[in-house]
Amino acid sequence: MSWTKDQPIVSIKNVHKSFGSLEVLKGVSLDVMKGEVICIIGPSGSGKSTLIRCINALNDIQDGSITVEGQEVHDPNLDQLELRKKVGMVFQQYNLFPHKTALQNIMMAPVLVLKQDKAEVEARARVLIKKVRLEGKEDSYPGELSGGQQQRVAIARSLAMNPDVMLFDEVTAALDPETVKEVLVTIKELAAEGMTCVLVTHEMGFAREVADHIYFTDRGVIVEHGPPATFFDDAKDPRTVEFLGQIL
Amino acid sequence: MKKHIPGITSAAVTDLPVLLSYKAKYRAPQELGFSHWLAGQSLWFPVIILSVALLWPFYALAQGSEYTMADSFDALWRWMPFLLTRGFVFTILISFMTMLVGTVLGILLGLGQLSPTYVVARASWFVTQVFRNSPWLVLLFIVMLSFPFEFTIGDTIIPVPDWMKAVIGLSLPVMANISEIVRGAVNSVPTAQWEASESLAFSRRQTLFRIILPQCFKRMIPPWMNWYAILTMATPIVSILGVEEVLNLTRQAIEAEDNRPELLIPFYGFVLVIFFLYSYPIARFTVRLEKRFSVNL
Ligand SMILES: Nc1ncnc2c1ncn2[C@@H]1O[C@H](COP(=O)(O)OP(=O)(O)OP(=O)(O)O)[C@@H](O)[C@H]1O
Ligand SMILES: [Mg+2]
Repeated sequence: MSWTKDQPIVSIKNVHKSFGSLEVLKGVSLDVMKGEVICIIGPSGSGKSTLIRCINALNDIQDGSITVEGQEVHDPNLDQLELRKKVGMVFQQYNLFPHKTALQNIMMAPVLVLKQDKAEVEARARVLIKKVRLEGKEDSYPGELSGGQQQRVAIARSLAMNPDVMLFDEVTAALDPETVKEVLVTIKELAAEGMTCVLVTHEMGFAREVADHIYFTDRGVIVEHGPPATFFDDAKDPRTVEFLGQIL
Repeated sequence: MKKHIPGITSAAVTDLPVLLSYKAKYRAPQELGFSHWLAGQSLWFPVIILSVALLWPFYALAQGSEYTMADSFDALWRWMPFLLTRGFVFTILISFMTMLVGTVLGILLGLGQLSPTYVVARASWFVTQVFRNSPWLVLLFIVMLSFPFEFTIGDTIIPVPDWMKAVIGLSLPVMANISEIVRGAVNSVPTAQWEASESLAFSRRQTLFRIILPQCFKRMIPPWMNWYAILTMATPIVSILGVEEVLNLTRQAIEAEDNRPELLIPFYGFVLVIFFLYSYPIARFTVRLEKRFSVNL
């Protein structure tokens, strides 16, 4: 099956996922078009992280289907490495490699995984560092950077692989309020450039501003979804209304 | 319910085991009991041993022996270069070779324990547990008695001297303990590092060798040195099997001096002191490294 740009770049259909006897995803479906930014919001434990981790096969699924560019993610014959070259992921806890400098963190995967030329990768890494506004921090180790700086290195590290889709799992949740903004600005710029983004976030203002589509999950199902304006101002489902009432 | 203000109230809570940041990954130090004990000893220890060694001849003299303190010191003085250059140097050599063999095998076995292939992991775990929990002397005897004294490959006969068997025998428990050090160190790296690496399309092998092991390499050094100190202290047991290391030669020296009982304490006291003087700095260094590595990377 060949994938064309008028088809969803990520397509999730009726996905079921359990950890042992605990069913965390109970039939979730959503589509993401190329260049689209979608935000997944919902109460803690509703399965948001689990869902986006399924997209790059960090979690397996029990039932349903997830395709990325037309390729079935949970096909046992799938080359997982090929999938992960296309899908970048940024975590809440940054997870930079502590024994490498910021620049090395960004360069490692393109050099070792994609086998690209080191000089060329370094040039690109320096451009990325500039893009996330961290000039001068190239040779700093993660331990010497603030949370917000580390998170921006983590974003640059993912971007260095030239992914087609970026997954963000509550990437500002561990940050100080002052540093949240710098990371959000970076993501906004990325979205503006047309990167396909799937974001799990608790930043409602940001979600409203940046998202093309909002999905609200609760207890493993998508309760309600829609464009930000409709979603935030005109929510129908009582669970959504209650959640938004608590948060806004 | 508390009102949630994005970016102000703390991150949402799950009952998931929290993925801690890399700073939090340092666990309680691996067991360095022996090094801690040894490093905690005062340098008076050799002084006390030596004084006992000096006082013993006085005591013996008081018992009506005609052998004086000067005589016994004279004997020790004469034998000392021999005991050091032949005996103790050989002891050190055995400990080095044992450590080398044990480390190489231990790393392989430790990586085996981490293998994604169930059978390999299970078998490596089993071998590790067996050799970690067997008495060293029993392992030594098994190797001594089951290994041939020579190998024949084609026309060449390769002899296997006793000391080589001793090295193999001693390296088995060392191997098993190094295997545990490797497994423990790798497991102390948070799984988040594995996931970050996997999500960048690193293969499992690349993740292990490029991301995980370089992070925990330093953490393996103090426990590794701890095992070296333990091993060094244990090498005299190979004297039972006739290997001519320091303890064996000391016994031979006393025999050559007509087995005078006045010599027992000075000679064996001397052996004790050189073991202490050799291992003590290693233990101090181990403890220092441990402190340093547990603070930052
Ligand atoms: N590896 C796992 N093993 C067992 N249970 C898990 C595992 N990962 C997640 N869960 C459970 O799955 C449920 C959903 O977790 P998930 O992390 O997806 O929630 P979330 O919506 O991301 O929450 P939060 O907003 O707090 O991050 C939780 O009840 C969690 O305890
Ligand atoms: Mg989550």
